[in-house]
Amino acid sequence: MLHIVNKSPYERNALESCLRLAINGSAVLLIEDGVYGAVKGGSFEGALQAALPGLKIYALGPDLSARGMADRVLDGVSVVDYGGFVDLVAEHSNCQSWL
Amino acid sequence: MKIGVLVNEGPYTHEASDSAYNFTKAALEKGHEIYRVFFYHDGVNNATRLTEPPRDDRNIVNRWSELSKQHNLDLVVCIAAAQRRGVMDENEAKRQGKDAHNLAEGFRISGLGQLVEAGIQSDRLVTFGD
Repeated sequence: MLHIVNKSPYERNALESCLRLAINGSAVLLIEDGVYGAVKGGSFEGALQAALPGLKIYALGPDLSARGMADRVLDGVSVVDYGGFVDLVAEHSNCQSWL
Repeated sequence: MKIGVLVNEGPYTHEASDSAYNFTKAALEKGHEIYRVFFYHDGVNNATRLTEPPRDDRNIVNRWSELSKQHNLDLVVCIAAAQRRGVMDENEAKRQGKDAHNLAEGFRISGLGQLVEAGIQSDRLVTFGD
């Protein structure tokens, strides 16, 4: 399962819920303001690092760049472009947007 | 692979319309088939041809129309959501006794069944919204 989170964890609890409910082996893709969850030194660093052994976490590169955060991504989070987003959708049997 | 796209947010709101467009474009470039893009809730505002953003801004509506033309995309607007928000094609405007219509090129108005069908017929359905 690919989970897609598009809201900042400082605005909504979608990322928190997603990390809590996603089963091991799932992938989480942060897009739009969701990429704020993947910032090094942010309040969600601990939560993401705790989730990382079980989940694959990705962040959308263009959305990181748009927010000036391309070089501040947490270690262990993979950066993908839109083509990578499409590949993630194709690779996983289903996807869930946490709106 | 057949991919369906659902857009639930209006243009120029947050970023969902842009993400949906960029995703759709990237999927087409990778050789996937976009079975349908369905516009629901405020997403129907992606389909009004009277949109006129400032010159230095992207024209989200035209962008969809152009992509539709290039790839023969099926852009479907939910009729109930569209009527609530004043988005209608010529036939619908006539039927409702309106003096104008505003559905942009490349879009068509239909029912929610088209979303259900896209869910059934596509290998994946990707939702963008608020």
